Amino acid sequence: MDIDSILRNGLQAAVGIDAIVFALAAIGLNVHFGYTGLLNFGQAAFVLVGAYGIGIGVLYFGLPLGVSLILGLVASVILALLLGIPTLRLRADYLAIVTIAAAEILRLVARANSFRDVSGGSDGLSGFAGSYNALNPFPVGDYGFGYLTFDERAFFNIVVGWSLVALSVLAVFLWMRSPWGRVLKAIREDEDAVRSLGKNVFSYKMQALVIGGVIGCLAGFVYSLSRSSVQPDNYGTAFTFFAYTVLLLGGAARVFGPVVGAMIFWLVISLTDTLLRQGVTNDIIPSYILDGPQVGQVRFMLVGLALMLLMIFRPQGIFGDKRELMLDAR
Amino acid sequence: MRDEPSGGGSRKAAATAALAGVAPEPGVAKPDPILVADSVVRRFGGLTAVDVAHLEIQRGAITALIGPNGAGKTTFFNLLTGFDQPDAGSWSFEGVPIQKLPAHRVARRGMVRTFQLTKALSRLTVLENMRLGASRQAGENLFTALIRPLWRGQEISITERADELLSRFKLDAKRGDFAGSLSGGQRKLLEMARALMSEPTMVMLDEPMAGVNPALTQSLLGHVKDLREQGMTVLFVEHDMDMVRDISDWVVVMAQGQIIAEGPPDSVMANSAVIDAYLGGHHDAPLEA
Repeated sequence: MDIDSILRNGLQAAVGIDAIVFALAAIGLNVHFGYTGLLNFGQAAFVLVGAYGIGIGVLYFGLPLGVSLILGLVASVILALLLGIPTLRLRADYLAIVTIAAAEILRLVARANSFRDVSGGSDGLSGFAGSYNALNPFPVGDYGFGYLTFDERAFFNIVVGWSLVALSVLAVFLWMRSPWGRVLKAIREDEDAVRSLGKNVFSYKMQALVIGGVIGCLAGFVYSLSRSSVQPDNYGTAFTFFAYTVLLLGGAARVFGPVVGAMIFWLVISLTDTLLRQGVTNDIIPSYILDGPQVGQVRFMLVGLALMLLMIFRPQGIFGDKRELMLDAR
Repeated sequence: MRDEPSGGGSRKAAATAALAGVAPEPGVAKPDPILVADSVVRRFGGLTAVDVAHLEIQRGAITALIGPNGAGKTTFFNLLTGFDQPDAGSWSFEGVPIQKLPAHRVARRGMVRTFQLTKALSRLTVLENMRLGASRQAGENLFTALIRPLWRGQEISITERADELLSRFKLDAKRGDFAGSLSGGQRKLLEMARALMSEPTMVMLDEPMAGVNPALTQSLLGHVKDLREQGMTVLFVEHDMDMVRDISDWVVVMAQGQIIAEGPPDSVMANSAVIDAYLGGHHDAPLEA
């Protein structure tokens, strides 16, 4: 067993691009679900819009990177408005149905053959991050310390990504300690009560949907620019459910919940993956129990098992307050 | 107005005097109505839940809306406060038509309601519940919310006002607790106190006594009377006849969606139409229908 590489992979995953992407997506979900109680099951759609916004902006419209970023942001705001206007006046479950459907529609349209010129069909788009990588201020070399050493490109991605995470966390912190955040939390508890106190509930829910969606869009930026490619099938329903897992793992309605949740999620995935893989290659795990190609599936089973144990023994997540969960929330 | 001394009963005398000359008949005009409703109809499929021809609510008085189960009291309440849309009808609050306004706009005009099933916001603290009630908060705007100095001063004055109300409602010891940890009666108190944070002119209470233990009932009654002493108008739905007799200046009786009687408590309770509506032929049955 190569403990060294297990630790290295695990720690790198905990601060890597995947952790950043899911931290951002889950911070957005936290604004939706954790604070406002909006059951958004289509967070993948906002990430997709961000990722494709850059890809289509640069490759199809030939826009500079900065304009393409704005295109992505505007598209995510429009998506939030389109989803919210018909559904936010209705009961919460409708938003869940509409968002999960909208996310799948967007993904299927993006991968459709008819739009191959624009969105690249099932292959997606690639090679649009040239001007982003040109911004990299770090000269060629290795950065970081110990296990957390990255080459200049990976390091740039990580710095940009964690900066966006930090900004999002700061914004959420500032919002949620304000009276504005108080209205959102009150809407989560009972919208009629908030309405009876003279607050425009629809408007607040819309603001929350837009903000969470824009943060999700940032996840799409990081995802696509770090790989210089977008693939439609990365944005399936599994993406949204991973983001929910991350959120619940860290603790919903906690500022740092999604960040720590994302780090732990990817750490555990990496640890189980490398452990199982090394077990198989070194014949510690006999091949009649598990072989190489099965590892990828089994690690997600273990993650599912871990999530079940978490929900049984620590349903409030890592940062949550159990007292709060025990209250009867109608 | 919250600083005025309460008790005294001066406003009770004024309300009684103002209503003394009003004939006890359905739809009668009041000397100084704050709320006037005309031909309000609400149907659920084939059932006409509310069919109120005319109703005026006297300013500064405590008016009780009573009636047997299914009389349409809560539906009427929901209509007036914008929580439900009527099939027909109009009503005005302080002379302004409000039948088209959404619930939050009605509340901003100064007509604030509570609910039959108490809506304490469980996972907010008692103090946060109170602060939420205050209206026109700068910090409730998306952009100013980010910059604390823009709303900090207002938050402090809101907190002061909340603490005053909490001590008046004897909830100051619970200030930092989650509202979900309060008892049923304490939640009713909190809901009423929270509604007062918006400094309303009219308070609509939907069954304020439902599910409250008897020890708290007297205290709640006192608070309702207090609202009148501070110049607010109160309209409340209630089942408990003793409470209605004790605190209301005027009683409106609904049955099968219509207003069948109006008048001072004692005359209404002697009215044969009311007794029939409540008790049918079985006069021995308890009054809590």
